[in-house]
Amino acid sequence: MAQKKGSKQEVADDEIHVPLQAILMADSFAQKFRPITLERPKVLLPLVNVPMIDYTLEWLASAGVEEVFVFCCAHAKQVTTYLDRSNWRSQPNFAITIIESHDCLSIGDALRFIDQRNVVRGDFVLVSGDVVSNMPLTEVLRQHKERRKKDKLSVMTMVVKRSKLSPITHQSRLGNNELVLVIDPASKQLLYYDAGFEPANKDSSQRQIVKHVILDKSIVADRSAVQLCTDLQDCHIDICSPEVLMLFTDNFDYQRLRRDFVKGLLSDEVMGNKVYTYEIYRDYAARVDNLRAYDTISKDIIHRWTYPLVPDIQFGGNRGASKLDRCNVYKGPGIVISRTAKIGENTVLGEGTVIGENSVIVNSVIGRGCIIGNNAIVENSYVWNNVTIGDDARMKESVVCDGVVVKSGAVMEPGVVLSFKVVIGSDFTVPAYSKISLVAQPTEEGSSDEELECADTTSDAGESPPGSLPVELSTPNGASSEILMDSVAARQWDSSEVGNQGAGFKWIIKEGSQTEEWRHSVAPFPKELLEDILKRQIHYDNEDAIDSGAISGAESTPSTGLNDDDDVDDLDQDEQENDSSFFEREVEETFRRAVSETSGVQQDHVVLEVNALKLAYNLSFSDCAGAMFRAFLNLALEEPHTSSASGELLSNTTLVITKWAPLLKRFLKSEDDEVEVLLKFEEVCVEASKEFARLFVLILQLLYDKDLISEDAILSWAFEKKGADESDKVFVKQCEKFIQWLQEASEEEDQEEET
Amino acid sequence: MGPIMKFQVVVLAGGMSKKLFPLVSKDVPKALLPVGNRPVLSYVLELLEANNLKDLIVVVAGEDAAVRVGGWITEAYDGRLHVEVAAVSEDIGTADALRAVLHRLVVDDVLVVSGDIVSDVPLGAIAAAHRRKRAVLTAMLCSSPSASTAEAISSTGKDKAKKPSPIDIVGLDTSHQHLLFLASGTQVDKDVKIRRSLIRVVDQMEIHMDLMDAHLYAFNRAILQEVLELCQGIKSIKQDLVPYLVRSQSKFGAIASGDTQTEAVGKTPNKDDSGQPQTPMQDIVPLPQHILPGVLHPASLELTCCVYIASEGKYCSRVNSIQTYGDINRDQVAGELVFLTGYTVSNQNNVIHPTAEIGSKTTVGPQCMVGDGSKLGDKCSVKKSIVGRHCRIGSNVKIINSVVMNHVTVEDGCLIQGSVICSNVHLQERANLKDCQVGAGYIITANSEHKAEALSKREKS
Repeated sequence: MAQKKGSKQEVADDEIHVPLQAILMADSFAQKFRPITLERPKVLLPLVNVPMIDYTLEWLASAGVEEVFVFCCAHAKQVTTYLDRSNWRSQPNFAITIIESHDCLSIGDALRFIDQRNVVRGDFVLVSGDVVSNMPLTEVLRQHKERRKKDKLSVMTMVVKRSKLSPITHQSRLGNNELVLVIDPASKQLLYYDAGFEPANKDSSQRQIVKHVILDKSIVADRSAVQLCTDLQDCHIDICSPEVLMLFTDNFDYQRLRRDFVKGLLSDEVMGNKVYTYEIYRDYAARVDNLRAYDTISKDIIHRWTYPLVPDIQFGGNRGASKLDRCNVYKGPGIVISRTAKIGENTVLGEGTVIGENSVIVNSVIGRGCIIGNNAIVENSYVWNNVTIGDDARMKESVVCDGVVVKSGAVMEPGVVLSFKVVIGSDFTVPAYSKISLVAQPTEEGSSDEELECADTTSDAGESPPGSLPVELSTPNGASSEILMDSVAARQWDSSEVGNQGAGFKWIIKEGSQTEEWRHSVAPFPKELLEDILKRQIHYDNEDAIDSGAISGAESTPSTGLNDDDDVDDLDQDEQENDSSFFEREVEETFRRAVSETSGVQQDHVVLEVNALKLAYNLSFSDCAGAMFRAFLNLALEEPHTSSASGELLSNTTLVITKWAPLLKRFLKSEDDEVEVLLKFEEVCVEASKEFARLFVLILQLLYDKDLISEDAILSWAFEKKGADESDKVFVKQCEKFIQWLQEASEEEDQEEET
Repeated sequence: MGPIMKFQVVVLAGGMSKKLFPLVSKDVPKALLPVGNRPVLSYVLELLEANNLKDLIVVVAGEDAAVRVGGWITEAYDGRLHVEVAAVSEDIGTADALRAVLHRLVVDDVLVVSGDIVSDVPLGAIAAAHRRKRAVLTAMLCSSPSASTAEAISSTGKDKAKKPSPIDIVGLDTSHQHLLFLASGTQVDKDVKIRRSLIRVVDQMEIHMDLMDAHLYAFNRAILQEVLELCQGIKSIKQDLVPYLVRSQSKFGAIASGDTQTEAVGKTPNKDDSGQPQTPMQDIVPLPQHILPGVLHPASLELTCCVYIASEGKYCSRVNSIQTYGDINRDQVAGELVFLTGYTVSNQNNVIHPTAEIGSKTTVGPQCMVGDGSKLGDKCSVKKSIVGRHCRIGSNVKIINSVVMNHVTVEDGCLIQGSVICSNVHLQERANLKDCQVGAGYIITANSEHKAEALSKREKS
């Protein structure tokens, strides 16, 4: 009886209900939405008039998640306030706990912070607050749990979705870079993840140099097949085991989920933790990572791919009061549209918006309480709440935030972003891809990527709870913002940036990140750029083919060139040669600095610097000595001398060597180094400056006299050269007499010693 | 025959394989090595005949070997196949051998077969697939032996420490029709490097380690000729030619995909005309494009390399090492693949020629073969072994897991395990061999014991 009870207990233990938990990152730790995110956190930005976080929360709630930990860092207060006012807090079976931190710089920090709190009890969904999805979690959770039962090391399951890249820009429709995944087709284990993180130079021409995917042999070794995919989109929805948090704590240097954590797991064979993928086909999942994704996902929502998360159905902060008309036109309550205004397809008009005569709105989202004047044109744009657009204004592929005033006749060229409460003067044309904000661009952008969304106190002045709250509608601008307006009104805005009576700073696009801007903008790629890329691409492909078609008719040896090895070897060699010549140049520059420095001889500094170079290039003392000697000769060569009279050159050289002998001495640690100097000297004579050839013996003698080169070194140099080609022996022959003399001298010495 | 299958076949029969020493000799070139008591080449020839491919060029390395192979073919296949035998010098690569007979090729497509394949794959299907895709190259792949014979090896319980036979790394598209990448398995110890642009073209690429290049290819003749003539550097079909074609394909594929086609096609020739320094490479790479429109379907400017994957039940392996020679003899030909040999199988699941004489109390187990005219003494035991023609085997002899070729004399009390005994070998009394290879004409003295040795007469040179 007792036994029976015990077994029953066990069963109960197994089936004990663990609520499904989720961690929602309400901070993206990225800057792609700047300058907008300086004033409002990304998760609260309206996506088709509903804050992004509502999409994520609604999806989590509908997918059966019972407990959500919302982590916020930057603008934590705004997020908290928003959630407190929303009705998320009062949902049955859906608990929201806010975890607030102020010193987290990355998702890694955040997860470590959460780990300390000890709140996660089982498998959890890790998701960012900017993910829009309608996928059910049952199947992926089941698969994850099943794998976990068999193998405790399968710690994470990533959701992926197929998405074809643009053949020209190699960019997904969400504006992400090409993502290469290698997956085991049988187990769906992820073996390789390459999102082209942080190309050295952000220019796209540089990017394409990464031509190869290199698979470690361990990946291929004992598998029957692997799958290389470029057409999968990372949905940034992860099912994680509690170990994930522990791993973050253990590896305190992990910062980013993908770049550090996933890559770390994949490359770490010792621990053997595994990541799996789960592909969704019919469901929707995408992350608003940049403005292009914002555009794409907005369109998807309007086209109802995200059903039931669409404007006319109630969820979260969306009251679902919009009515769907033909051609995907959603009209909120209380809007006033002039009879002559034309509302084109795929358009959302928020509550209380007024549209003037003959205005055209196409493929756009207009927020609540906007006033659009007469004859205005809004195309493919996102206009948030309480925006005023004057008569005859034109706007294309732009994002316009809350409270912006666009005065009559102003023109927004494609890709423009106007942050909160910016004012654009009348008849002013905002050039393409401009970003304008009332907040000045932070000057130092040092480690820009590692920075926060930024919550500096100054920008928090504009903090007003997002206008999407119904309460906010009646009083769109709180008192605090008026103070802001007062304070900024005092400033003088540059009218060349925002026009007459405009307000705002133009943000300067960083040098080199131009392409990045294009890639991530709401506006499609400019046509010229596409053509340019196309041209370059053909060029690359040709090069590619030439590179890799490693067999040439003239080649005598059979090429194995299967993996373009020849290529690589050549490259390595080139690099090495380059390295040593770079090294020599740097040594010479260092030396020249010492020469030109009139204030005393800073020999110690030179030695220090050259030693540093030596370490940097991983070379030996003999290399240093050789390079230094070469620098001497070059210096001597630069002094005026007539090419016919070698006497002048000799005296110059003598001067230099005499003066800098102690310096060279510092690098002559052994006989080998001295021999190296001689070899270098020969090299110079043969290759670079033939003038020295005649002086070889004399300079050699000088070096000997100055005790720079010992007789042993000279003799061993001569000995080394014995077996060499005739052409190599020119200098040895030249020095024959000198060497003979040395030999005799040493013999005499020996004899003396003997006697 | 004729118009439907307009294929010419080149059989690369090889010569004296170093890998098969001491089994091959001047008298027995590789092509004539007996497998299941028949020359290995006969399997290929019969497979070709069965698939109605009767126009063959057999390329043999070495004049002597060519004469022997030619002699055997005329004898055995006179009137059944139209065979030309071409001799090439020894020690040249497979592509060179192919180059040597290039001028004899006249029809549109060429099938190149290695002469050491033992297979039952329908070659007609490969030819058809090649035609259907208008491919430049169609390579046959079969499942890698490391998967199939691994069991066989472990079941016999020996050679466990044996190095896994080198596998190929094959890149395919998801439809398993296009060949995108091919590297021979010896390079697995390095990292595998794959061009991104290649993956981009197909979106997804599968890398298979469980497939093996069967050394059976169909080529487009025109392109084969152009490429071989222009790139004298190509020595080996597998190592150079196939990868070269695969790479060239990706170049054209990359450009022709997507909506950039028209522009791309317009632009590439311009580059060629722009008077750049003419490196040999540039000479070669653009070339197929000029000849493409003529030979391929005009609408598709793609140079495609395809694969034909042998279906699961089909068998294909190559006799290219002593290990595989033994395996094929013992495990496959005498066993499950006995149908390839055309012999009738007895109730005991073995093949004993009617003219063979078997002594009393001698047992011949299943999966064994005894050739015609062989005599086995009393109380012998033959297990999983092949005994050739006209052998004289004494009493109390045990032959296990071995191959005994023709005219071998084995005296009383010998024990032969896991060995290969070539023709005319004489084993004197109570010789004991384990895992040995004995070259032709060798004499093993009485009571001697050998283990894991290769024994052969010194060749008079």
